[in-house]
Amino acid sequence: MRIAIPLDEDRLSVCPVLARAPYFLFSAHGEESIEENPAAQAQSGAGMQAAQFLVDREVGVLITPRCGEKAAEVLGAAGMEIFKSANKAAADDLAAYGEGKLERLSHFHGGFQGIG
Amino acid sequence: MKIACLSGKGGAGKTFAAVNLAAAAGECCYVDCDVEEPNGRLFLKPEGLEAFSVSTLLPDFDASLCTGCKKCVGFCRFHALVYIKDKPMVFSELCHSCGGCALVCPAGAVREKPRPVGILEKGRHGDITVITGVLNPGEASGTPLIRRAIKEAAGLSILDCPPGSACPVMESAMDADYCLLVAEPTAFGLHNFKMVHELCRLLGKNCGVLINKQDAPYEPLESYCREAGLPVLERIPFDPRAAECIASGEIAAEKLPEYRELFTRLLEKIGGGQ
Repeated sequence: MRIAIPLDEDRLSVCPVLARAPYFLFSAHGEESIEENPAAQAQSGAGMQAAQFLVDREVGVLITPRCGEKAAEVLGAAGMEIFKSANKAAADDLAAYGEGKLERLSHFHGGFQGIG
Repeated sequence: MKIACLSGKGGAGKTFAAVNLAAAAGECCYVDCDVEEPNGRLFLKPEGLEAFSVSTLLPDFDASLCTGCKKCVGFCRFHALVYIKDKPMVFSELCHSCGGCALVCPAGAVREKPRPVGILEKGRHGDITVITGVLNPGEASGTPLIRRAIKEAAGLSILDCPPGSACPVMESAMDADYCLLVAEPTAFGLHNFKMVHELCRLLGKNCGVLINKQDAPYEPLESYCREAGLPVLERIPFDPRAAECIASGEIAAEKLPEYRELFTRLLEKIGGGQ
């Protein structure tokens, strides 16, 4: 099962946002890889594009501080489980998940479409 | 000729200006493009109302024909589509009804289906044809309804635009021959006024200014207009009688002779006078 975490510019810290995170950390069977997020610069619909990216990478578990309603709908439909990040470093979140210490993300924020 | 009334900030007097311009013009169309909160009809009280539904197209996917190539998902620049569980899924609030997904689908699995987004009301106030767009509550975008409402306009038309300077405002002002910028002489008013003026400039529109609710000239607004070469066409003083008209749902140009004169003059300066 593949785990994904949004990564900040330093490629180590958990990014506070999901859809526009610069990178994603993927972890599967003890092997880690980092990929650029194709949705990071999207003019609109970044949540959808990022969700599609995660679904295409066959992610089973997402660890993130925040997630929008629409992305959550997509990820939920794909059967992805979403957990709330509890650490600054992505590596610590991965370890915490392995120890069963992370809680499921229960709050999903509304989108920002139509503002401005 | 289409005259768009814009202001940036809400409450500056777009509807007041648009309704009174229409009243001064006599025979014309008044189009309420502020489809999220149309209120021109509170003053014009149109009679003989007809209403019809306005829809936009939303793609519908036939899973039995879909091959999973995801060309539609890749094509959609608004990212309204995601491919999940062997079928694309559409988010209606992101879809701009461009029809591109149906065009690029090699398997013919996409059919566009109409989806109602609001209604259009048409009635009369004397010689004025009153066209009102009413967006369904919860609908994300009013632009398709605005586009449809403006299509109904013929001859001299006054477009009462939404506040702000985003997509619905652009849609409302796009086909206008003249943009009347209603300015509120306050710091907040000026801030948003500049934004909507910048939009009109980008659209290459002729613009003029109506300063509303003025007790004394607001120097930052005056100097902005001077430097931008924006003509101040008329000034409406801060006047409790105008406020009384508005509060009682009456039209100042129909009640108070000096307002009729002011708006007739304004119309002539814009070039829409008869």
